[in-house]
Amino acid sequence: MATFTIMRLTFLEAARRRIALAAFLLGIAFLALFAIGFHFMRTETGLPTSEDPGTTLLRSQVFNFLGQMGLYAVNFLTIAMGALVSADTLAGEIASGTIQALVTKPVRRAEIVLGKWLGFAVLLAVYLTLMDGGLMAAVYLQSGYVFPNIGTGLLLTYLETLVVMTLTLACSSTFSTLATGGIVFGMWGLAFIGGFVEQVGALLNNATAVNIGIVSSLILPTEAVFRRAQYAMMSPVARSLGFSAGPLLVVSVPSLAMVIYAALYLLAWLALAVRQFNRRDL
Amino acid sequence: MVSPSFAIQTTGLRKAFGDNVAVRGLTLEVPAGEVFGFLGPNGAGKTTSIKMLLGLVAPTAGTGQVLGAPVGDRAARTQVGFLPEHFRFHDWLTAEEFLTLHGRLYNMPAPRLRARLSDLLERVGLMSFRRKTLRTFSKGMLQRIGLAQALINDPALVFLDEPTSGLDPVGRRLVRDIIRDLRARGTTVFLNSHLLSEVEITCDRVAFIKHGEVVHLSPLKTLLEGETRVTVRAGRLTPEILAGLAGLGRDMRADGSQVTLTIEGEAALPGLARYLVEQGAELYALTPQRLALEDLFIQIVGTDGGL
Repeated sequence: MATFTIMRLTFLEAARRRIALAAFLLGIAFLALFAIGFHFMRTETGLPTSEDPGTTLLRSQVFNFLGQMGLYAVNFLTIAMGALVSADTLAGEIASGTIQALVTKPVRRAEIVLGKWLGFAVLLAVYLTLMDGGLMAAVYLQSGYVFPNIGTGLLLTYLETLVVMTLTLACSSTFSTLATGGIVFGMWGLAFIGGFVEQVGALLNNATAVNIGIVSSLILPTEAVFRRAQYAMMSPVARSLGFSAGPLLVVSVPSLAMVIYAALYLLAWLALAVRQFNRRDL
Repeated sequence: MVSPSFAIQTTGLRKAFGDNVAVRGLTLEVPAGEVFGFLGPNGAGKTTSIKMLLGLVAPTAGTGQVLGAPVGDRAARTQVGFLPEHFRFHDWLTAEEFLTLHGRLYNMPAPRLRARLSDLLERVGLMSFRRKTLRTFSKGMLQRIGLAQALINDPALVFLDEPTSGLDPVGRRLVRDIIRDLRARGTTVFLNSHLLSEVEITCDRVAFIKHGEVVHLSPLKTLLEGETRVTVRAGRLTPEILAGLAGLGRDMRADGSQVTLTIEGEAALPGLARYLVEQGAELYALTPQRLALEDLFIQIVGTDGGL
């Protein structure tokens, strides 16, 4: 019961503090820019038109590649959003003292953490759906191209977003807002570079580099999960070549075990967030 | 839950943050229905004590019960209200939304919450501001809405941490009136205040706390009664009358028509008046000087401010 009251409060906060509005307006701007860019890339780069049936495969490769660039950008925006909204939520309320009037009510502290988590999870789901949906719509309406495995791809992207948000929430239960931001972006940077090293290593058949990537994915499995999402939505041709020319290489495809690991990783941080918040003097 | 005769009962409640001992050992009993004043210098551990009683801070040692349940008990908090010291609330909520949120967290049924919300907004004089966000509120208005928040569940026990700081005289009177109403309804009020005059007016009993320990606890009446210094203003004070007067009290000082002396208590006043009149003095004024709480505060806590 209190969980849903807090969840609703999270929605109201996003609306009242204009967080939702800012995200929405910037999202629209991003989508407009992407649609315009996609239009010019499609028409001004000498790409054969759909009248030539022999070029369908080539065209779909190009559309997929351009779309993947956009999906990557949306992914970055979404995890940034997840980290930004949740970094201040517990730390900020503890620092300002607004938390005191909440936790002295007959509610479990866990309900407050879970309510906030649920609220952010819903907001991020809406954001991701609108952004990726808008992007895919822009591609489809202009070119008729449909990404493969959209459901799997979006769910995996969402999982990655939730991992970042949950990690941030857990840090926010213990550290200040700034420290939380520092830790989360530091870890994300580590996973990003680790993922890059892994892909280059796989390309060059260097086992050490691949292992470095896997270890960094264990520390924070975001990049690994997103690469699997990218892999799912990659065109079958690029997939069979084991290579995508997207912004990130997907040579070494993270296993399903890594996805399960990410889900457990998320639950562990959520449990830690509750535990830390339960123990903390406020 | 059996209705406990004590709203609050603690034994050696202690809180240390590392080496820093905030509350050394709080042993306290507050009977149900009492307005209890909690006094002490800054840094004496008053707020930490309240936080332990509310379950915000976990005690390092000691035990305590609030409304018959161990400190921090969730079910007992249904009956507890709290106005935090630095009342910071979600200022993007309107007054109405704010009270609704806190009422919901108390699990109040919607019709009861609605009725209570109107009553309280009216009571704290914010009815016409109910649709305004708290961001637009002045410090005094925030204090009032905070107080309404603390009372939304019609609690059996209310903790008010500095409820009158930031309030103008009208607001202070409002708080006093509300506390009086609460007392009439049998609500226990735990009042932490720096404003000793407030405490003097509102409280049944006071505890003085220093270094996180109760150093003195007594009913306010007996604190302020007992030995009283009296000022007598009278004409025709002959040396004989003065000599007789000196026998009725002690430490007499005479200065023309004004005499001050210490008597045992208020009960001695009529006898003093009768003596003066019978002896033929012209009595203009007989004023007992009650020992102000501030004097007592300094006497008990010390001028070092407990540091």
